[in-house]
Amino acid sequence: MIEVNKDNFEAEVLNYKEKPVFVDYWGDKCETCKQLMPDVHKLEEKYGDKIKFCSLNTSQNRRLAIAQKVLGLPTMIVYVNGEKAEVLTPDKISSAADIEEMLKKF
Amino acid sequence: MSNVYDIIIIGGGPAGLSAGLYGSRSKLSVLVIEKGKFGGQATTTAELENYPGSIENCTGPALTERMKKQAEEFGTEFIKDEVVSVDFTSDIKKVLCKNGEYNAKAVIIATGAEPRLGGFEREIELRGRGVSYCATCDADFFEGLDVAVIGGGDSAITEAIYLTKFAESVTVIHRRDSLRAAKSLQEKAFNNPKIKFIWNSVVTCAKGDEILESLTVKNVVTGETSEISVNGVFVFVGLNPITSVFKGHINLNESGYIPTDENMRTNVEGVFAAGDVRVKSLRQVITAAADGAIAAVAAEEYINEKFNK
Ligand SMILES: Cc1cc2nc3c(=O)[nH]c(=O)nc-3n(C[C@H](O)[C@H](O)[C@H](O)COP(=O)(O)OP(=O)(O)OC[C@H]3O[C@@H](n4cnc5c(N)ncnc54)[C@H](O)[C@@H]3O)c2cc1C
Repeated sequence: MIEVNKDNFEAEVLNYKEKPVFVDYWGDKCETCKQLMPDVHKLEEKYGDKIKFCSLNTSQNRRLAIAQKVLGLPTMIVYVNGEKAEVLTPDKISSAADIEEMLKKF
Repeated sequence: MSNVYDIIIIGGGPAGLSAGLYGSRSKLSVLVIEKGKFGGQATTTAELENYPGSIENCTGPALTERMKKQAEEFGTEFIKDEVVSVDFTSDIKKVLCKNGEYNAKAVIIATGAEPRLGGFEREIELRGRGVSYCATCDADFFEGLDVAVIGGGDSAITEAIYLTKFAESVTVIHRRDSLRAAKSLQEKAFNNPKIKFIWNSVVTCAKGDEILESLTVKNVVTGETSEISVNGVFVFVGLNPITSVFKGHINLNESGYIPTDENMRTNVEGVFAAGDVRVKSLRQVITAAADGAIAAVAAEEYINEKFNK
């Protein structure tokens, strides 16, 4: 997983064209996010060749998250050619299976 | 039959974790199945100051992490999976998950509850984009911004106070003219300069282009509507039990809660319920933990009677 932040977000996510980019928006106080993390790492092993995996700590990159219209955790977004292709808001994530369903589309 | 557990506990919140501790400490084989996050609803609060003994380092996540560890040390097994169906018709109960099937002599249902929706327009669409049900998870985003809280009970007021650590202002919108929350909480809230109140009012609509920008608030006495600008709204208007999986398998009351006797027995032999999912008057961590303990001991007695004679 590549840790993205305000300095590299453009290069790693918005301007990246080789494959879809998955971004796991999490935060220091989000327990659901932390409990999902190991499962997301497993998903990277499975889908990593097709999709680039990134994570973004919103506690340290608040403005960037809000600019991406993320105001709740956990949020998972897949970008294709810098555009949002799929968004999972917190209410749509009860387990890693929900994330996998989204990744299968790419 | 392949592996039969003594007890399967469905749900890994405070009730399930406490049942796990008591069950495994009695040398029973115990499996806890959790679909989302261990710790349940309790992981969504940073201010758990009414659990006895919890004076220091007692955020919800910290407390429930310790509960899980304690159960684990006595041998409770944990898996992450979602229970999708059950068969309680024979002595050996079957629990079907997305990724496997498990069998047990007794089952404890501890699936808890989830936040009820506020019931305003565009609420679902703006979830995670300003509409939230978890202050601990999302408060960070609202540093220096204006937010609203809907509700007047303990959860609403506790979380409103917590939110003042981040937000510029917190407006509590309540449909009555007084709060239901504990007096000590009310006092704290009334004395907090960042908290404002809008009484006798409900939110009818959320507005904003992709993220929340304002709420339409309607006074239920006068019928007048007004607009308030906020970037976040936190909804704490009560709970719904998570019991749809059990419908038709055990008795539920009209609201979907599970009626039990004082030993946590449901109407089906060998099936117990504990915690917020149960018909009860006080839904808290302490009562969930107590239910879990009682359910595990009752399940042990049941197993001894039924299987070990
Ligand atoms: C914002 C907020 C603040 C609170 N503050 C306090 C406080 O200060 N003090 C206090 O004492 N209490 C507080 N509470 C209440 C307390 O959190 C609950 O009473 C307690 O968590 C109930 O425990 P439980 O184990 O019964 O259920 P829950 O905590 O709801 O846990 C149930 C678990 O079951 C899981 N589950 C559900 N269905 C399935 C399925 N089909 N398969 C597998 N797993 C499943 C869920 O994912 C969940 O993790 C608060 C609650 C909220 C929401």
